Amino acid sequence: MRRRRLLLAVAQHSLLIVAAIAFLAPFVFILLTSLMTTNQALSADLWPHPFRFRNFIDVFTTAPLWRWTLNTMLYSCLATIGVLVSSVPVAYALARIRWRGRNLAFMIVLIALMLPPQVSVVPLYVMWAKLHLVGTLWPLIIPNWFGDAFSIFLLRQFFLTIPEDYLDAARVDGCGELRILFTVVTRLAKPAIAAVALFSFLYTFNDFFLPLLYVGENSDNWVLSIGLAQFRSLHQVQWNLTMAATLLVMAPVIILFFLAQRAFVEGVTLTGVKG
Amino acid sequence: MTDQVLGTAGVRAPAVPLRTAARRRADWRRRRLVLLLMSPWIVGFTVFFAYPLVMSAYLSFNHYDLLSPPRWVGWANYHYLLRVDPQTWIAVRNTLWMIVVAVPLQVLFAFWIAALLARAKSGGGFFRTVFYLPALAPPVAATLGFVYILNPATGPLNTMLGWIGIEGPLWFQSPHWSKPALVGLGLWGVGNTMVIFLAAVLDVPQHLYESAELDGAGPFQRLRWVTLPIVSPVILFAVVLGVIQGLQYFTQAYVAASIASGQASQAGDTLNALGYPEDSTLFYPVLLYQHGFNDFQMGYASSMAMLLLIVSFAVTLVIVLNSRRWVHQAVPN
Repeated sequence: MRRRRLLLAVAQHSLLIVAAIAFLAPFVFILLTSLMTTNQALSADLWPHPFRFRNFIDVFTTAPLWRWTLNTMLYSCLATIGVLVSSVPVAYALARIRWRGRNLAFMIVLIALMLPPQVSVVPLYVMWAKLHLVGTLWPLIIPNWFGDAFSIFLLRQFFLTIPEDYLDAARVDGCGELRILFTVVTRLAKPAIAAVALFSFLYTFNDFFLPLLYVGENSDNWVLSIGLAQFRSLHQVQWNLTMAATLLVMAPVIILFFLAQRAFVEGVTLTGVKG
Repeated sequence: MTDQVLGTAGVRAPAVPLRTAARRRADWRRRRLVLLLMSPWIVGFTVFFAYPLVMSAYLSFNHYDLLSPPRWVGWANYHYLLRVDPQTWIAVRNTLWMIVVAVPLQVLFAFWIAALLARAKSGGGFFRTVFYLPALAPPVAATLGFVYILNPATGPLNTMLGWIGIEGPLWFQSPHWSKPALVGLGLWGVGNTMVIFLAAVLDVPQHLYESAELDGAGPFQRLRWVTLPIVSPVILFAVVLGVIQGLQYFTQAYVAASIASGQASQAGDTLNALGYPEDSTLFYPVLLYQHGFNDFQMGYASSMAMLLLIVSFAVTLVIVLNSRRWVHQAVPN
């Protein structure tokens, strides 16, 4: 019996290891190719010989990577701030204040969550075109300042879990509803706010469809996702540089994940809301 | 209890009834507060949700190219879309193919990995990170990496297949293998679903397994009668999300087609690459993009958008309604 258990455990772990290797392999191949010479990247070789670390410098001189990064940061940061500033009050009103039509309003948020973005994209494009803003980053940023359905939903769910006693204590101290929101609630909801900020940042960083629509024609305002997709047509057959750029675009997200993982755990344990 | 407290938005109900004027003032103040807090969403809902929806419906009955004012054409767009345009059905077929093949595969695969992870005695954290990482990779970057790894002539995958004597397929260069390659890309990024499943599997109470084992249930029966029913709401969630995302599938298809076609025509000409090769990656949203923003047929693209809207809601509704039969409900109703 014990031997069978052991065998089973070994079998399961070897399956896991095989699957893990398969999952890591694409990263490894991208990394190895990014270190090859241009000619070697076109051959069937898998191992770089010699290692060409200069690729990661050349990438910056052959493509305006800094400019794309700057545009991406502008889009991601301004959009994320907007999502937070606009969604927190809405989520609070939906979670902690009772008013007629609240359930209906929440239903509409849920429906908006399910709506495919392609459905509204044509009239919105026409609208931004009439405002002469197609080609700029504004059509990407501005809508985020008017509440984001997913963030409102997530924040509302979290606000519902905050014990009423905490808010009552603040009310007894003479806090107005707005001050409660901006001091007590935002402090208690730090993990949820951090999560929303992180998701919003990742979403905008990865976003391709809307940037393609609005800044695709104006290469001055390209973000990383657009630039990367165009990279190969700008630099024919240079797979090594393309893979170096690919890796550089992946890096911030993965670094952010490792940094934020700890911040999340800390946030959840610190507030004591969930404990 | 909370309702009462919330009902007056923090102002506790006074022991002595207030005079109506004072109460009305309090009511008015609360309404103003709600309006203030909700104002971003009210504006956002009107400008970025309700208006485009109504406008989309209106434009779908018009011929509109952005330059001249919209011209009413009745049902002509819909007629052309459903009866004439041969590309519509290619796009619908491709999208259906992707949903029918990719969604079940992703759910099964994510569940399998989650089940393995849940039983792993050691290294759980490490493996979880490894399986989650690809889901973090930006779609454009992940697609680019896959097009390189799967490139038929010198790509690492076909090179390695060659070592064991298998001649690899043409992947993104072949109309038969481009969609399976995209499915592979989707399976690589299955981490989000896997994490949700893992949490659900770990939530299954241990004593249920023990009593099932006492009743003589084997591993398969335990999976079928204990794990699956409890995890079923999460599976429903993953299926609905998968179908919705399948209906919106765009970025990976667009990037894969444009990169792979550039590879085929080294001259770097500006041929229309959407759907490459041979319309095999022409999904519904890709076609919508092409009509709306390459050809600027805004009215026709709007009719495509309306169809997508109707189908999305219908499909979601059907799945959710059907789910009552197979999704386990903790609270009997």
